[in-house]
Amino acid sequence: MTAAVTFSNVSRHFGSTKAVDGVDLTVPEGAFFAMLGPSGSGKTTCLRLISGFEQPTTGEIRIFGEDVSRIPPHLRAVNTVFQDYALFPHLNVRDNVAYGLMVKGMSRTARHARAEEMLALVKLEGYGDRKPAQLSGGQRQRVALARALVNEPRVLLLDEPLGALDLKLREAMQDELKALQAKLGLTFVFVTHDQHEALSMADHLAVFNQGRIAQVGSPQEIYDRPSSRFVADFVGSSNVLPPALTQSLGGPAQWSSLRPESVQLVEPGSPEGQISGQVTGLRYLGAATRILLTAQGTEIAALLPSGQPVPAIGDTRSLRFDPKALHLMEGA
Amino acid sequence: MKGAILPARGWADKLTALFWRRPGLLLLLLITPPLLWLGVVYLGSLAALLLQSFYSIDEFSGVVKEEFTLKTYAELFRAQNLDIIRRTVLMAGAVTLTSAILAFPIAYFAARYAKGAWKAAFYLGIMLPLWSSYLVKVYAWKLILAKEGILTWAAEGTHTSWIINGILSIPGLESSSLSTSPAGTFMVFVYVWLPYMILPMQAALERVPTSMLEASSDLGATSAQTFRTVILPLAMPGVIAGSIFTFSLTLGDYIIPQIIGNSANSIGMAVYQLQGTAGNIPLAAAFAVVPILIMLIYLALAKRAGAFDAL
Repeated sequence: MTAAVTFSNVSRHFGSTKAVDGVDLTVPEGAFFAMLGPSGSGKTTCLRLISGFEQPTTGEIRIFGEDVSRIPPHLRAVNTVFQDYALFPHLNVRDNVAYGLMVKGMSRTARHARAEEMLALVKLEGYGDRKPAQLSGGQRQRVALARALVNEPRVLLLDEPLGALDLKLREAMQDELKALQAKLGLTFVFVTHDQHEALSMADHLAVFNQGRIAQVGSPQEIYDRPSSRFVADFVGSSNVLPPALTQSLGGPAQWSSLRPESVQLVEPGSPEGQISGQVTGLRYLGAATRILLTAQGTEIAALLPSGQPVPAIGDTRSLRFDPKALHLMEGA
Repeated sequence: MKGAILPARGWADKLTALFWRRPGLLLLLLITPPLLWLGVVYLGSLAALLLQSFYSIDEFSGVVKEEFTLKTYAELFRAQNLDIIRRTVLMAGAVTLTSAILAFPIAYFAARYAKGAWKAAFYLGIMLPLWSSYLVKVYAWKLILAKEGILTWAAEGTHTSWIINGILSIPGLESSSLSTSPAGTFMVFVYVWLPYMILPMQAALERVPTSMLEASSDLGATSAQTFRTVILPLAMPGVIAGSIFTFSLTLGDYIIPQIIGNSANSIGMAVYQLQGTAGNIPLAAAFAVVPILIMLIYLALAKRAGAFDAL
C-alpha cells in the first residue's frame, strides 16, 4: 500500500510555541483519516502543513512519495475544504466551483460544464447562478466541497468540515462525506475536535496532544485500547481509573480505562459486585441513563439501558464488569 | 420578597420604556435632525444650484434673467470652456489612478499585516497630514517644488536632475520648474488626497478573510491571479469609494491649481471666478453641475463593470 502523506519528524514552531513537535505520520492511500485533538493540539497546523499554508521548521513531508516541504500550495495536488468555506462572495456558485479550472486556463464552456458535474455530485444542481450569500450553511459546505474536488486532488483536506452545521445536518453530512469518499476512492484527511465525528467517519485516526501524536490506529483500536490517560479521556467518555483502584478491582497497580457501557449496576452486597459506591449524578440520554458512581474517591460512569430501574442520587450500588473490559494503560 | 416588576427609577426609565413600546419613536428622534439638514440645507441648495444653471445672464446689463433656458449650458460647449473641463477631468483621472496605485500597497499592508502599535502608527501616519492646514501644506509644496527648492537641490546632488528636466520637457507639462508645471499640480493633488484613497481601501481589504486568499492559492492560483480575481474585486467597493473622493475633490478644487502650476483654468477656478468677479452665477452653476454629471456617469460605469458585486 502506498502512503498518500508521510510526515518524517516534522516540527512547526511559532517562536517558542511548538505547534507541531516531531510528528511522524503516515496516511495510507484511500484512507478516511481523522486528526483528532483538543484546540491547540497541532492538528490544524498539520493539515496546513499538508496543504502548504505552513512550512515545516524541521522535518520532511511527502505526498505520494514526493517531497513537498518546499512546494507552494498552488503547486500541490491537494485541495482544502476550509472551516469557514472561504467561498468567493463576488462569484456565483458555478464560478466558485470552476475557479480552480479558470486559473488553469480552461475555457469558459468547458469549465462551466465541469462545474455543473461537480454540483450534481454534491446534489446542488440548478444552484449555479446563486451567490454564496443566498445559500444555507449546508449548501455552502457542498459548494466548498465541489470547488475543492473540481481540481481532482490526490488528497482532499477538510478543516472541521461539520463544525458550523446543526446536529441533524451534521449527521446527514457525515454519511454523505463517507459515501462520497468511497465513491471517489480519494484520500480524505480531516481535522476535528469532535470524537464522535472522528470515530464515526474515519477509518484511521490520529489523536493529537500538545503538538505530538498521542496514538494512531483504527477507531476501534483507539476506542477499545487507548494507549494513555489522555486518549482514554479525550476519545469517548471512558472511565479512567487510577492504579490503586485498578488494583482493588483485581488488576496490577497501573492506570486503566473502563468503558461505561461495560459496567453494570447490582444491588449492594451482591456477590457479583466488585466494588460499591454512591450514586452522585444521573444524566438521561434517551436510549440509556448515564450514572455516576463515586467509589474510592473516583467517579465511575455506567450506562444503564433504558427500561431498567434507575437508582436515586445518594443510593449505594455495586459495580460489576467483565475483567477483560478493564484496559491497562502505560504511563503514570 | 422582591416583586416581579422593578420600580422605575425616574424619567430615564420611563423614556426607555416609551422607546421600548414605540421603537419607531427613537428612530424618528434620531434621524429627524440629520434628515432636515440633508433634505433642506443640502439637497435644497443643490436644487437651487440646478435652478440657477437653467437661468441666463443678460450680456449687456449683467443681470440674471430668471427664465428657463439651456443657453448657459450651451456656453459650456465653447472651445475655451470645453478645454477647462477636459483639462480638469484629465487631471482628476490621473490623480485618482496614481492615488489608487500608491494607496494599494499601503492599505494592503495596514489591513493584512499591521497589528497593535503598528496599526496605530499607520492611522496616525495617514491622518496626521490631514490635521494641518491645507493651505500650509500647499505653500510648503510650492517651496519644495520651486526651482531653488529642496527637490531640485537633491536632484542635483544625486545627479538625477535629468528626471525633473525630462518631466518638464514633456509636451503640456513644459515649465521652468515643477512648481509652475501641471506636473507639480498633479503631485500636490496626489499628496493632499491620498489619505482619502487609503482609508476606504484599507477598510475594504480588512474585510477579506485570509482564508479566501488561501483558498485561491489552494485551488492553484498564482499570486497575480489571486490579486486579479479575488483581492481586487473584493477591494473594488473601497477603491471606488476612494476614487469618488480623489476624483471629485480634484474636480472641484480651485486653490491648488491656482497656487501650483501654470494657472491654467480648472473647473473649480472657473466657478470661483464666474461667481465672484464675473458675477455670472448661472454659468458658475452650470460649471458646478459638470462634476456631478461626471460622477454619476462614473458610478454608472463602475456599477456596470461589476465593481459593487462584492458589496
